[in-house]
Amino acid sequence: MKKIFRGLRSKKKKKTTKRANAPTVPLSDAQVWDTLPESGRAAKFTHLISGSALHPGQRRENNEDAVLCLNAAVGSGVESPAFGIYVIADGMGGHRNGEVASETAVRALGSYLIGKLYKPLFGPDPQPTQESLQEIMEAAVQEAHRAVKKEAPGGGCTLTAALVLGNQMVIAHLGDSRAYAIYRDGRMEALTTDHSLVKRLQEMGQLTEEEAAIHPQKSVLYRALGQGEKAPADIFTGSLPNPGFLLICSDGLWGVVAEDDIQRIVSSTASPFLACQHLVEAANAAGGPDNISVVLVRAVS
Amino acid sequence: MSEDQSTRDLDIKEGGTKYSQLKKGDLLQDRYEIQEIVGMGGMGAVYRARDKNFKAIRLVAIKEMISQVTDPVIRRNIFQIFEREANILATLRHPSIPRIYDYFTIGERAYLVLEFIHGKNLEQLLAETQGFFPEEQVLSWAVELCDVLEYLHSHKPEPIIFRDIKPSNIMNTIQNYIALVDFGIAKVFESGQKNTMVGTQGYSPPDQYRGEATPRVDIYALGATLHHLLTLRDPQLEAPFSFSERVINEINPNVSKEFAAVVERALEYKPEDRYESATEIKEALINVARKTGTLLHLSIPTTPATTRGVSIKPLWTFECEDEIRGAPAYHDGALYVGCYDNNLYALDAATGEFKWKYATDGGIPGKPAVFEGNVYFGSEDTRLHVVSTRSGKVVWTHYTEGPVRSSPRIAEGHVFIGSDDGNLHALNTTSGRLAWKADAGSAVRSTPYVSGDYVYFGSESGDFTCVDFRGNARWRFKAKRAITSSPVIVDSVVYFGSMDSTLYALDANSGWVVWRFRLGKGSISTPAVAGNLLYTGAADHVIYCVDVRSAKEMWRFTTDHQVTGSPILHRDAVFCGSVDGNLYCLDASSGRMRWRFQTDAPITGTPVAHEDVIFIGSTDKRLYTFVA
Repeated sequence: MKKIFRGLRSKKKKKTTKRANAPTVPLSDAQVWDTLPESGRAAKFTHLISGSALHPGQRRENNEDAVLCLNAAVGSGVESPAFGIYVIADGMGGHRNGEVASETAVRALGSYLIGKLYKPLFGPDPQPTQESLQEIMEAAVQEAHRAVKKEAPGGGCTLTAALVLGNQMVIAHLGDSRAYAIYRDGRMEALTTDHSLVKRLQEMGQLTEEEAAIHPQKSVLYRALGQGEKAPADIFTGSLPNPGFLLICSDGLWGVVAEDDIQRIVSSTASPFLACQHLVEAANAAGGPDNISVVLVRAVS
Repeated sequence: MSEDQSTRDLDIKEGGTKYSQLKKGDLLQDRYEIQEIVGMGGMGAVYRARDKNFKAIRLVAIKEMISQVTDPVIRRNIFQIFEREANILATLRHPSIPRIYDYFTIGERAYLVLEFIHGKNLEQLLAETQGFFPEEQVLSWAVELCDVLEYLHSHKPEPIIFRDIKPSNIMNTIQNYIALVDFGIAKVFESGQKNTMVGTQGYSPPDQYRGEATPRVDIYALGATLHHLLTLRDPQLEAPFSFSERVINEINPNVSKEFAAVVERALEYKPEDRYESATEIKEALINVARKTGTLLHLSIPTTPATTRGVSIKPLWTFECEDEIRGAPAYHDGALYVGCYDNNLYALDAATGEFKWKYATDGGIPGKPAVFEGNVYFGSEDTRLHVVSTRSGKVVWTHYTEGPVRSSPRIAEGHVFIGSDDGNLHALNTTSGRLAWKADAGSAVRSTPYVSGDYVYFGSESGDFTCVDFRGNARWRFKAKRAITSSPVIVDSVVYFGSMDSTLYALDANSGWVVWRFRLGKGSISTPAVAGNLLYTGAADHVIYCVDVRSAKEMWRFTTDHQVTGSPILHRDAVFCGSVDGNLYCLDASSGRMRWRFQTDAPITGTPVAHEDVIFIGSTDKRLYTFVA
């Protein structure tokens, strides 16, 4: 078992909000979906469009969440893979350590990835790296881990990061922020597994769902960035949902707004930016007990 | 089948509630000769019998059910339920479920003829054991039981809930795999009659007493069975639902906490607190095995000697005049296989009967491809040969400037094949005209893969190339040593191994490396991918199973020599040959060996599967066929 430590955050009991009609955009809904071509075979796309939002919520004065949202396209089209880095970190550790930890993690991870991939992707003579994308991501996580230990000793944060390169998506995950794939047909699938102690106990049959919901240690994570010798991140590869969305969010969203509502808001809003705004509104409407951060990514052929 | 007809075969002594058992030598249906009683159930006996229809000794298990109901309507209903259940069994196909061969009724007796499972049930093993079973043994049984439950619960159109998992219904065969026996037929039989609870007190969950039949009922009973096996405390002798009072680790401290936790969760009082599905608990168990290190033991067969040559026999074999190093190809009832006696053979796939052979001037190392009535294959005589499948006569040939050790791939009206002359050749299938050659700089022995508008192949200098349909390179990747392994593409990721001891996953569109997996030694084996799992062999004797998302090893199976051939997947099993001469059949999810067959020389080729028949060539000059 990994070193267990206490997060000093607290969470409201998971509520389901009935948010009947999320305000829609002028260019609304399904019509916009319908303008997107159905992708038949292995989809090639040239663009990633994304949105992000960050809100302290209704009960917190400080913001311990941090976001990185970056995408780029370069070159003449088909042959140049679309590129994106999307990260959410949710800090913990009391005082200012939580804020510092998440901010540091996001910057350290982002700058490592950009530094490593800048020349291979954007240089005059683009060349794939010798290292694999998973190895680069692993190194970036360890870099962020070292930075957090240095800048916010005793603090820590969750980290859910996606590196998108063409059709490939590499995810690194620690803690209880989440990445979801939301498909056009309405399926919503969690790509990550929470590293939360209570969830683990629940999985092991030691706790019932009812007990877990009121468990005093329910915000304790058994894995996080900035804790222990090495950050034991889950690192895995998948295809970016296409057509569909990649959603990354902190527990300020998923712990407060029901998955069905998240799925409906995302699927009914053509612009990822507006969808992120609506998700934050939904979390705030449900009490906003925690910081809310969300990144939403869509591939456009 | 009418009762009048069937009663002719046997004189049944009717006598109120009493009935007589069949005796040794009794003949049922003029076909099944009773040898002995092997078990007694509430509704009748189970016999071992010999099927006299076959000259070879074929043993069957015959289950007898005797209805003592005199009311003809109720009795007909009981037989109908029985018949329906027998029909369900007839649709089941799983290594851990006995096959049903026949059923019939004779008067008030109904009979099921089943595959005879040679072994002991777990109740017998519990009675005989001197101490606790080793954890890995119980874990391995548990994973196999989950596997069969997963199969039953996903049965279409209706899931099948076994409802009576308990040690006496689980056989441990002499080949050391698990078989589930007694498919609740007796229970349905009985319940139609007396309306009693189905299941066994002690092993059945509370919800089953409410008449619920959900997958969670079987999961609880599985948990109860595992609890019994781990603690040796018979739940039938204890208060119902009192497992939590008999903490596994307190009774048997040898059991890992992880394993105990899985069993305990399966035994939760409330169904919703248990594992949701057999798949879920199976994954949890495999995780336990991985964490406690027992997974590696799982793949080690405990009684390998018994499988050798005893239960696994080829359906037919065909002998050539020299080594078979490549793979056969199946097409439309025929099997095509190249040999180092320079011939390509066409055989009848069902019987192994020789149809024709076609002589080249060199050994034939690859796997033939069949397309529109012609069979395509390369030879070390430097040619690609195209031969009519019907006549075995040449249609056209194409000369390269080196031996052809790659296998042909056919797509978009073209055949793509590599040669030791350092080129990938693209030829029009009808005219045989060369469309283009792509220079790879060194011998191309890897078989090209065609996906979308691109062709992918490796070369002996370690270059991996993606070319378009005009032969222009789109991207290149360089490994440190030869890429003889043939690429496979799934979901825009191309997988192949290299002699540099690495298994690679590359983005098919850009050539970026997604992940690398370190093998113990170099590999020329071609990966097989199913779902999230990839299987491949390497020179370190190992057959690997790797998760394609995380690049983590799921299991490994170590053979006695290099694995140069490639694994294939058929249903839930992996088939792979080894230079140690064996063809191995492994459980795809756990890597546990189901059986192996020893040929007389190294196997370097790849098997091929068609409708549950596995074909493989060996360098002992023979082609073998097996029932999967």
